[in-house]
Amino acid sequence: MTQPLLADYFPILVFLGIAGGIAIAMVGGAYLAARQKPYAEKLSTYECGFAPFEDTRHRFDVRFYLVAILFIIFDLEVAFLFPWAIALGDIGWLGFGSMMGFLFVLTVGFVYEWRKGALDWE
Amino acid sequence: MNWILALPELVLALSGLAILGIGVLPKRNTHFACAMAAVGAFLLAAALAIGAPEGSAFGGQIVSDAFTRFAKVLILIGAAAGVVLSLDYNAREGLDRFEYPVLLVFATLGMLVMVSANDLMSLYIGLELLSLSLYVVAAFNRDDERSAEAGLKYFVLGALASGLLLYGSSLTYGFTGTTNFDRIADALSDPSKASSGLVVGMVFVIVGLAFKVSAVPFHMWTPDVYEGAPTPVTAFFAAAPKVAAIGLFARVLGGPFGDLAGQWQQVIVLISLLSMVLGAFAAIGQSNIKRLMAYSSIGHVGYALVGLAAASEAGMRGLLVYMAIYLLMNLGAFAVLVAMRRQGRAVERVEDLAGLARTDLSMAVWMAIFMFSMAGIPPLAGFFGKMFVFKAAIDAGLWTLAIVGVLSSVVSAFYYLRIVKVMFFDEPAGALDPRPASVSFVMAASGVFTTLFFLYPAPLVAAAQAAVAALLG
Amino acid sequence: MIAALSFYAFAAILIASAVMVVTSRNPVHSVLFLILAFFNAAGLFLIAGAEFLAMILVIVYVGAVAVLFLFVVMMLDIDFAQLREGFQRYAPIGAVIGAILLIELFMVLATWRFAPEAATLRLNPMPSGVTNAEALGRILYTDNVFLFQACGLVLLVAMIGAIVLTLRERPGTRRQSIAEQVARAGTVSVRSVPLGAGLKEIGIARPPSPEEEEPKQVEHHHGHGGHH
Repeated sequence: MTQPLLADYFPILVFLGIAGGIAIAMVGGAYLAARQKPYAEKLSTYECGFAPFEDTRHRFDVRFYLVAILFIIFDLEVAFLFPWAIALGDIGWLGFGSMMGFLFVLTVGFVYEWRKGALDWE
Repeated sequence: MNWILALPELVLALSGLAILGIGVLPKRNTHFACAMAAVGAFLLAAALAIGAPEGSAFGGQIVSDAFTRFAKVLILIGAAAGVVLSLDYNAREGLDRFEYPVLLVFATLGMLVMVSANDLMSLYIGLELLSLSLYVVAAFNRDDERSAEAGLKYFVLGALASGLLLYGSSLTYGFTGTTNFDRIADALSDPSKASSGLVVGMVFVIVGLAFKVSAVPFHMWTPDVYEGAPTPVTAFFAAAPKVAAIGLFARVLGGPFGDLAGQWQQVIVLISLLSMVLGAFAAIGQSNIKRLMAYSSIGHVGYALVGLAAASEAGMRGLLVYMAIYLLMNLGAFAVLVAMRRQGRAVERVEDLAGLARTDLSMAVWMAIFMFSMAGIPPLAGFFGKMFVFKAAIDAGLWTLAIVGVLSSVVSAFYYLRIVKVMFFDEPAGALDPRPASVSFVMAASGVFTTLFFLYPAPLVAAAQAAVAALLG
Repeated sequence: MIAALSFYAFAAILIASAVMVVTSRNPVHSVLFLILAFFNAAGLFLIAGAEFLAMILVIVYVGAVAVLFLFVVMMLDIDFAQLREGFQRYAPIGAVIGAILLIELFMVLATWRFAPEAATLRLNPMPSGVTNAEALGRILYTDNVFLFQACGLVLLVAMIGAIVLTLRERPGTRRQSIAEQVARAGTVSVRSVPLGAGLKEIGIARPPSPEEEEPKQVEHHHGHGGHH
């Protein structure tokens, strides 16, 4: 059971190998071929020719978080759609209806979100 | 598919969606309309729950029997009262956003799913629906540091508890091969076959549930959350979810793990003992009345678990009667807490009640009745609850538990009576603001029940008896 | 053979990256190690035959949850190095608890046996001849319709909760009003303009609204916009 399944994923393994190989070749090639003379000024943050005013890691606004969590919720909703789409032929009207109910609940949530202005950017 | 059995849940789910819709579509503030719609939905669901036929639905994932009927009606009463108590408070504190009743509707839906669960999966989903809503309402006053802290603390510890519960459920599934309660019970019908892995799983499930009912040693979150959350939210926390979680406890231990009673009994005896003692002693030094009520509720959970520890029919009946009485008298006590407001600001110290008898006699009398009842002084309702569970414990031979229970009731009487003393004999600290009619209504209804329960206890006891028969049947 | 080898590889990297999540000094590195842990867990799922779960782990956890974690880490204004001093102090206690859990785990494993009925009670994890996702789909929406709908409500509550707790009306900010933009009449139109003719020549007057005249100053928090 598991062996043929893994064999199906062999192309992905090859793909990963090639991707990794290219990445290593690029970085490694640059490392080997280029002349390197590091000094402190080169490594400092470049900001239009003046010294940076503040740390790059300042706090994010909580609004980014709101967008991210709303994205996750819809992402999960989509995850539920995959098996449904595959099995729709077998599960009949009950299966169809149950997904419609699920989508209805989340549509109500979407309307709520929209009306509250959670999707607006100021 | 037997949809009709899930009718109360279905009605609550649809009304939750409808309330969300009517709340968000108009441009004006719809808090009051939504809250009223939520109360209506609770009452409708309670009516449907009373008339629900018996049986199991969705491949045995949920059941409907006398036990679910009993628990659902209690939960819905508690939830409706919780919404009523919040009406005025939320408006004054600027919390009158329509999401509040919507979240309470979904929390209540989660509780209904919990008590009608007949499968570890529906148990978990119901519990998550409840917990997720409660995390949000605990932090509902988001600009208040304590409320935000309460929400965060509750969330972190609640997530840990859910993790433990899931771990226990997965062990149970692994060792019995099923998540269905009936089939777990079948697999365990010969206790000698219960492997240690299964017992470990069961203990994890118990730990997860003990977190939710805030039994010692899993109570750490309770005082902070009760203190930090807005008072009506605390009132809600202390009422319906406690009943749902204790009901779930009874269902899980009496049903699927019923044949392992010898194994779980020791655990329940221990947590019950610890909860009673901690609830009695830790509350003594509290000056914040919400914190005091948190410790009081820990103690009450301990007393209720005495009934479960007895692992007998009488014990389970005592447990259910205790929770019913606890719910109804607690609502009254929290109505007083919600009404504590001086010059427009909510106050929550014990001293703020000083001399209440001279400024607002009726509220002082009601509060005194609730305190006496919680202390277990006859002939008030609280006494009968304690009597039922202690008698069951003695019949089951758990003398230690009964004696510790009686002693810790005596200790806890100290702080209940201190509140009465502060109200009647201390110098007035200034009059409280006039209380709204909605709060007075809950207070009076709960007070009348607490006072007059001894005249006519038969219906409640009979309903609890039928529920236990269904549970252990 | 390959399955066993890749199992050990995935498991080893998973545990190592989980350790790094807890021990690395920089919280952003912790999140990145968490992502590595997710990938390896997905690999383990794949070996166990749970293709669908593996893909969901990559899509949902790596794609969304990890990003959320990054936001949260960046939102917190905490000196993490200072926080970790506590970790050093509590490490012995943590180690003891871990050891106890490990011993318990071994005790469970030592007595591990399936209940005799388990084989008959157990649901067949996957019917033969169908893919993973299809096997899930066949029972998720019909047999488990009740739980499925309840999950939808859990997601809805999560949505409401996120908005209730984080969305604020900010006074003094300008929101986009799509309805007004669409309803703008007369000011936006398409015309055929002769080549080389200016606005004045063809008689198009701009409405004298101050908001139209001055393009809004876009404030940049990042980069160099605000510093000049």
